[in-house]
Amino acid sequence: MFLAPSLVISAILFTIGVVGVLLRRNAIVIFICVELMLNAVNLTFIALSRQLGLDGQVFVFFVMTVAAAEAAVGLAIIIALYRHRDTVNLDDINLLRG
Amino acid sequence: MRGIVFYAASIMAIASALLCITRRSPVASALWLVNVLFNLSVVYVLLDAHFIAAVQILVYAGAIMVLFLFVIMLLNVGRPGPTDIKGAGGKVIAAVAGLIMLGELIALSRVTLPENLGLPDGAVARMVETQGAVQVIAMPLFQQYLVPFELTSVMLLAAVVGAVVLAKKKI
Repeated sequence: MFLAPSLVISAILFTIGVVGVLLRRNAIVIFICVELMLNAVNLTFIALSRQLGLDGQVFVFFVMTVAAAEAAVGLAIIIALYRHRDTVNLDDINLLRG
Repeated sequence: MRGIVFYAASIMAIASALLCITRRSPVASALWLVNVLFNLSVVYVLLDAHFIAAVQILVYAGAIMVLFLFVIMLLNVGRPGPTDIKGAGGKVIAAVAGLIMLGELIALSRVTLPENLGLPDGAVARMVETQGAVQVIAMPLFQQYLVPFELTSVMLLAAVVGAVVLAKKKI
């Protein structure tokens, strides 16, 4: 029950996240889209944990912890970037492009 | 009834996700993501993951999104300026990549599980009823996954130190 629709919804949410990352230039919005992708994967874990045992829910717990750590470090990087370049627009941050 | 709630929450999650990636203001994007998280936690409850649903709201919507909004406020990029959505070329690339990924993922999601792996229908719901929503997570977390759990605390400490060092005035 609900397994196939959950997987399809998760696929749609993940794709929306990927499209958002490719579509936007603002670093914070791109970061928000990455969180969207993480949530899509969490939905897959939860949906399959009903068939394959509760390990899936434990994995979601770990994914959330890693997402929290990633958000803290990523946002700190964005703050440091903003201090140096006065922008969060990724098209203006092209030091490595040459 | 469960079906109606499930599909309503799913459709709202997808609609909010679409709004999240198309709004011009970062604050609007963040708040639409909060809406996605709430709707997903409704879906989690219907999929018998009550504890994860609560943690989703407390940690994701409560802590992580506040961090996002705080940084948006700190950098003063909250007001909608000129749009940051890429031009026609970027849109075409995003659409093509999105369609390819959607096709792949939906094809993959049609794969059926091997019979001998699957728990019987409603097994997790019965476990939640007999053991309680927290214990079903806590038992594997503190027995089978104890070492990863402890390593997670080290990772969180590293992340805290890293975030403080990176956000300092001079690096």
